[in-house]
Amino acid sequence: MLNQYYGDYITVAVFVAIGAILVGGAVAANRAIAPRAPGGFKDVAYESGIEPIGGGWNQSHIRYYIFALLFLIFDVEAVFIFPWALQLEFFSSIGSGLTVLVEMFVFVGILLLGLVYAIRKGVLTWE
Amino acid sequence: MTVSIADWFKETANWVFILLAIPTLLGAWRTVTSNNIVRSVLYLVVSLGGAAAMFLSLGAAFVGWTVVLVYIGAVIILFLIGIMITRAPLGMKAELSHASNVRMPAALLSLSMFVLVAWGLIDAFSNTAIEPFEPTPTSDIANLIFSRFVVPFEVVSIVLLAALIGGIALARRDDGGGA
Repeated sequence: MLNQYYGDYITVAVFVAIGAILVGGAVAANRAIAPRAPGGFKDVAYESGIEPIGGGWNQSHIRYYIFALLFLIFDVEAVFIFPWALQLEFFSSIGSGLTVLVEMFVFVGILLLGLVYAIRKGVLTWE
Repeated sequence: MTVSIADWFKETANWVFILLAIPTLLGAWRTVTSNNIVRSVLYLVVSLGGAAAMFLSLGAAFVGWTVVLVYIGAVIILFLIGIMITRAPLGMKAELSHASNVRMPAALLSLSMFVLVAWGLIDAFSNTAIEPFEPTPTSDIANLIFSRFVVPFEVVSIVLLAALIGGIALARRDDGGGA
């Protein structure tokens, strides 16, 4: 079982290595054959062909933070849903499927209160 | 039971450990030494990726992929947005502080933390032989969560709810308007 486990990840490692070689090779080939003439307008950030206004470091609005926070919270929720989805069939076969289903609904339901709170406070509206 | 250095290098798992530890440490090192804070965050991704791979090499697939999904996938996004909200007005030219009066206490603190953890681990486990282990299947974790640890599992959702409402309360304006 352990060898099977590591074998699976060796496949992943091989794919990661091939990906790194492809990207590294493309970048290296680009370095080797591209003509270089730095300076002038090439250092200017590309903004759809118009001359850029202001710097690249713009202050983001704080509403992005709330969306990131919501994403984080529901990402953690998803982490718990994966093992649940994996074993629900097994729990159902030993007769406790309904209990486990309700357990997950309680979990999701409590977190949905947070989403309702966010909607009621109006933080999800885009002005 | 004492293990010689030569024996240690005979073990394949130790080579895998070194292979994963080097990028993890380099990432952590560059995270604190980089002059650009966005690069610091990206080096942190390397370091966290190494930690995730370390969990995978220990057979803890669920924990390893949780690190990838939650830390690399979501916490890093939160960091980047936090930087763009707070740091952006200073711009790229604002150098991060690597002043020497901060370096010494920081080095001292990291060193004492390392000594403490290393001493604790050696003290507790130096005489314990590591049995050949099986990887932990995610289904085993599910069986535990949804039977024995179901109350802590539900408490987790309340903790998450508290974090969500706390974050919103901090971020929104007080006048009742939107964010």
